[in-house]
Amino acid sequence: MSFRDEHELHKRRFGRNLGVGLVLAAFIVIVFGLTVVKVTRGDYEPANAVMQN
Amino acid sequence: MSDASINTQTRKHEDEASFGDYFALLKPRVMSLVVFTAAVGLLAAPVAVHPMIAFASILFIAVGGGASGALNMWWDADIDRVMKRTKGRPIPSGKVTEGEAFSIGITLSVFAVVMLGLAANWVTAGLLAFTIFFYVVIYTMWLKRWTPQNIVIGGAAGAFPPMIGWAVATGGISVESVLMFTLTFMWTPPHFWALCLFMKSDYKDAGVPMLHVTHGRKSTRNHILVYTLLLALIAVGIAFTDIGGPVYLVTALVMNGLFVAGAVAIWRRDETRAEADNYKREKAFFALSLLYLFLHFGAILAEAALKPYGLGGW
Repeated sequence: MSFRDEHELHKRRFGRNLGVGLVLAAFIVIVFGLTVVKVTRGDYEPANAVMQN
Repeated sequence: MSDASINTQTRKHEDEASFGDYFALLKPRVMSLVVFTAAVGLLAAPVAVHPMIAFASILFIAVGGGASGALNMWWDADIDRVMKRTKGRPIPSGKVTEGEAFSIGITLSVFAVVMLGLAANWVTAGLLAFTIFFYVVIYTMWLKRWTPQNIVIGGAAGAFPPMIGWAVATGGISVESVLMFTLTFMWTPPHFWALCLFMKSDYKDAGVPMLHVTHGRKSTRNHILVYTLLLALIAVGIAFTDIGGPVYLVTALVMNGLFVAGAVAIWRRDETRAEADNYKREKAFFALSLLYLFLHFGAILAEAALKPYGLGGW
């Protein structure tokens, strides 16, 4: 049971909202992946901090 | 007043933009060329890049390219409304407003440059920022409406992606990356002028001083031939550099033979003959130009892929 009826606007813009949601989710996955790669190979260790790639 | 009532008052429901309309602002077809050439630049470089960093970097380069496309559509909305080829774009069709296109373009430009700097390095991010600036300010705002050399100089913007890809791996610029830039740079004018020849009056109606509008069609045919000959010299010459090899040489010889033959055929024709067969040769040359660039960069990629097995290069 929902607290109030879904507005017509939300139905109409479902596709757009879904697209934005998927893009944001993909961005989170990419940032997480990049962070794991950079941290595990030691990019941010003091000795390597200037050698980012 | 709720947000829903504000939104429903500003635009008719049937004209409302879908996610695809916003995506179309990023010029997906141009973006595919950017992705491919940037990926080849990255993979042909002599430094290995972690797959995750390579993937993210190519993605952010594509977003930066798309952002410049959105800013181009924002600035050129008046031209796009006049030209048949561009009438269906999101702004002329009324799906997206100019303000939305501008906001999306600026936001994604900053986002792509910063994320590329964090994912790869700041030299690469600087190159992407310069590419966006060159395409939007130098080409779109300045050259396009001012000089028939617009596509010659402005073509540099589309030629930067392989250099950016190379910089992701190496952190800098080298002779090889400049050669890949030159290949795309010299390819752009004959590719675009062939399109202009069969687009007829589109550019004239929009008041854009393309070469065929200011100097006539015969002059455009001459220019296509001269630029194609210069391009052939560069394209074949690349075969004997570090990014070339036997596979590239064979590809370059075949494709440049066909391309020069196409340019000669266009040069020998006049408008009466072209109109008689509905610009068949010009359309074929334009289609060939797409295959031409794809196969040259594909051959550079093949040479790089064969190197670990002792086969690529000379």
